[in-house]
Amino acid sequence: MKSPYIKNLSRMILAGAIFAAALAPIALPAQQSKPWEEIPIPKLHEFKPQQPKRIELKNGIVLFLQEDHELPFISGSVLIPGGSRDEDLAKTGFIGIYGQAWRTSGTAKMDGDALDDLLEAQAAHIETSGDEDSTTIEWDSLKGDADQVFSLAMDLFLHPKFSAEKLQLAQQQEATSIVRRNDDEAAIANRESAKLVYGINSPYTRQPELATIGAVTLADLQAWHDRTIGGKLIIGVFGDFDPVTMEAKLRAAFEGFPPAQPLAARHDVFDGPKPGLYFIGKEDVNQSNVQIVGLGTDRHNPDVPALAVMNEILGGGFTSRLFQKVRTELGLAYAVGGGLSFDYDHPGPFRVEVLTKSTSTVDATRAALDEIAGLTTRPFAQVEVDRAKDNILNTFLFRYDTREKVLTERELLEFYSYPANYLETYKAALEKVTLDDVTAVAKKYIHPGKYAVLIVGNGPEIKPPLEELKLGPAQPIDITIPMPKNMRQ
Amino acid sequence: MQKIIRTAALVLGLAVVGIACAGAQDQYLKSFEQRITTKVLPNGLTLIVCERPDAPVFSYSTFVDAGDVNDPSGASGLAHMFEHLAFKGTSEIGTKDYPAEKVALAKVEVANDAYEAEYLKEVGRDPKKLAELKKIFLAAQAEAHKFVIPNQFTDIAERNGAEGLNAETGLDDTQFFWSMPENRLELWAYLESSRLADTVPREFYKERDVVIEERRMRTDSNPEGRLFEQFVATAYVAHPYGRSGIGWPSEVSQINATEAMDFHKKYYVGANIVVAVVGDVKASEAMPMLEKYFSGVPFGPKPEEMTTVEPKQFAEKTVAIREATQPIYIEGYHRPDYRDPDDAVYDAISDIVSNGRVSRLYRSLVRDQQIAAAAEGFSPYPGDKYPSLFVFGAIPLPGHTPAEMRDAIHKEIQKLKTTDVTDDELQMFKTRTRADLLRGLANNQGVANSLSEYQTRYGDWRELFLQLDRIDKVTKADIRRVANQVFVDSNRTEAWIDTAAPPTQQSTAAPKEGGAQ
Repeated sequence: MKSPYIKNLSRMILAGAIFAAALAPIALPAQQSKPWEEIPIPKLHEFKPQQPKRIELKNGIVLFLQEDHELPFISGSVLIPGGSRDEDLAKTGFIGIYGQAWRTSGTAKMDGDALDDLLEAQAAHIETSGDEDSTTIEWDSLKGDADQVFSLAMDLFLHPKFSAEKLQLAQQQEATSIVRRNDDEAAIANRESAKLVYGINSPYTRQPELATIGAVTLADLQAWHDRTIGGKLIIGVFGDFDPVTMEAKLRAAFEGFPPAQPLAARHDVFDGPKPGLYFIGKEDVNQSNVQIVGLGTDRHNPDVPALAVMNEILGGGFTSRLFQKVRTELGLAYAVGGGLSFDYDHPGPFRVEVLTKSTSTVDATRAALDEIAGLTTRPFAQVEVDRAKDNILNTFLFRYDTREKVLTERELLEFYSYPANYLETYKAALEKVTLDDVTAVAKKYIHPGKYAVLIVGNGPEIKPPLEELKLGPAQPIDITIPMPKNMRQ
Repeated sequence: MQKIIRTAALVLGLAVVGIACAGAQDQYLKSFEQRITTKVLPNGLTLIVCERPDAPVFSYSTFVDAGDVNDPSGASGLAHMFEHLAFKGTSEIGTKDYPAEKVALAKVEVANDAYEAEYLKEVGRDPKKLAELKKIFLAAQAEAHKFVIPNQFTDIAERNGAEGLNAETGLDDTQFFWSMPENRLELWAYLESSRLADTVPREFYKERDVVIEERRMRTDSNPEGRLFEQFVATAYVAHPYGRSGIGWPSEVSQINATEAMDFHKKYYVGANIVVAVVGDVKASEAMPMLEKYFSGVPFGPKPEEMTTVEPKQFAEKTVAIREATQPIYIEGYHRPDYRDPDDAVYDAISDIVSNGRVSRLYRSLVRDQQIAAAAEGFSPYPGDKYPSLFVFGAIPLPGHTPAEMRDAIHKEIQKLKTTDVTDDELQMFKTRTRADLLRGLANNQGVANSLSEYQTRYGDWRELFLQLDRIDKVTKADIRRVANQVFVDSNRTEAWIDTAAPPTQQSTAAPKEGGAQ
């Protein structure tokens, strides 16, 4: 349904573009009174987040102990380098299967099912999982059961007995995800836009297929396990324990390990997307999912603090340019936002997304593209920069307001070899970001001509058609799921 | 950004975490009693302050005992629409000149009424007149917009460190929440109390478009969203639990600001609101200040309870969706509301059939028969305040069908009816419920949510802990008795998706969504 106010709106967009250079963006208009500014904001209560105790063993393994006696639980984890980006291309999807089968298989002493019975009766958990760059074993129990649960976790950590049955079970679970992966529009949009940025065979985006998960063998699971547990492990424990006893226990468990073997350094190449317009048709939806994507950066980059401020202005919260324009002013989207992301050790994507009804696909895409381009053409106002910095700095506290968050942060920094005081230096750098810094990074990192625009939506409903975006012909992406002969429907 | 309804879609994916479930040792109740101060203000509003001074932050939850179940007939989605409005500011926040804006907003309503009246004419609607009225309506909006400072309410909150700022409208209730540095407590009290008391229906019609986009995302364009909406609509014949919570397209697209403000006047009264604050807050210092601000919420009696009670189901019902997505199977049985003496028995059944890899459905359908990727039974759904459903569901492995899921689930239900659960299973339920409750206490926001909810639902937050007694009293015989009472064919609604080839060259007419835009 094409409503009159959409016509109205394309006029407004045009107007915005014409007057853009002359307009001071989002200057706060005059207001009668601001009673909230009279409300005192006292000095924040003194707060020194409790840091975990860090112990580096001679073999390179690092232990973190974080006490918290509020509740009668003890939890812990071992973070193991090596994840899906390190798996064999022909066995893509391996890490997900490994993460499941490790735990469900159990050990020679106690198989996974028996372990389930024992742990659940105590409301305790031991779980394993696989991620992009690591695998993890973690445990959690009431304090009184903690010794037993720790022993069981260590047994599983060191001596899993991978079972063919559980391998098959994990493969079935993965197969279910594969055959269902085109049911959800957002999942398609996120996955395929990431592939546009990194490439279909990139270690960061290649996708499991029935054939690749079917190729995973028991021997693969065992070999991966044996190889990775010799890596530079990071062990963290949290909760209601006595630190002296806990340290002794962890030392006893890990000191005997041979020197940790670091993973070979990665040499990934990141080219970014081939610019243009891409389209995936899905006829059971009435809303288009628009993804505008490019390449971001990594956290080592000294421009990250200024980029974080730029992100906040572009797509951070209710007051960001994208939200104000596309949602509040135009009413074209419920979900709109995005920015340039930075991962710890490789470039994250640049991504802006808008979800809008089929008939406003062109208008909403244009509006989003216009806001992105506006980062380099519409001067930032001081009030925008101040607001973005306030937003970030006043919520900064929530990165370390619980002891558990402090522990998790320290583990992450250790894993990616960042200094332990990273958050402090990052915060200090954020405080120093100026309007000129934001302008400079926008110019340096925002390149609208280099982005890919992916639209997932209901082709016949999209009117006006996508050609009106003037981004060239929409290149179709085939998302058909390769099915082995015996599974074709 | 505001969320709605705890969606069913989440439910089939993985475990449902029952934070609300159950009690704990006396020592924790005692410890909370020492740290909690409750005060009912003269306007009926209840304030709860829980001191948890580990870090200089606090979280709050405002729990309004009104949700989409209270939407008037023909206006489904109204409670949720109002929730969005509560982010648009007040007569002080978000306006350049409120007296002038007020006049302009009144004109928007007049223009909308005239447009709607013409639009709704089944006979004699004049397209030319309609177009003119629409023009006038849009012009009135543009005029009112001149006075708006967009998103100033959230701007103040975000600049002052609001973290996790959001709200949720369920069928039963509406919750507003965020966390903040503790030195902004008074600023928060000003913001929160004024948006509850002094909502202005600003930018209503743009926001309505936003909400319709939210519906497209959650429901129309999502196979599970479509399935669950049809499922609940079929299971209920009389009670508004059967209505779409986010609203039927033709209705939500015609809600107007006057209706939203009427809803506000009726339901956003002191007696219908509990506000819980948890964190680095001293009750003795904070309470007088909080009282000052929250006394501004209008006094009003608790709104009358609805008369509709879902009649007993006597016919088995089915919903069969054939479409080009992968199969899912769900079924639901009517069960009583949360105040029923058997409430904890349903928790026990849910835990035993679906909590983790020891659960009966996992072991039977996933591990042993290898027909499903996931299988669960959970309740209450879609709400808990009124008689709801106990839902079972499963996601078939490739090559398996909804019918196989149904048969396998029915076998498990039959076992519950004919054989006692084991002592171990029952004990495991009790142990896990207690531990989960304790785990939930480690988080300011979680505690604020629970305290405000329990205070509203039971009139006493202590019930969060005291319910342990009811949990402990559940017996094997209770489980068999309830299973036999409730899990019967005539009380069942089944719903599933069967994969069908995509339609070829069908009519491509866009679905008519109706309504004024």
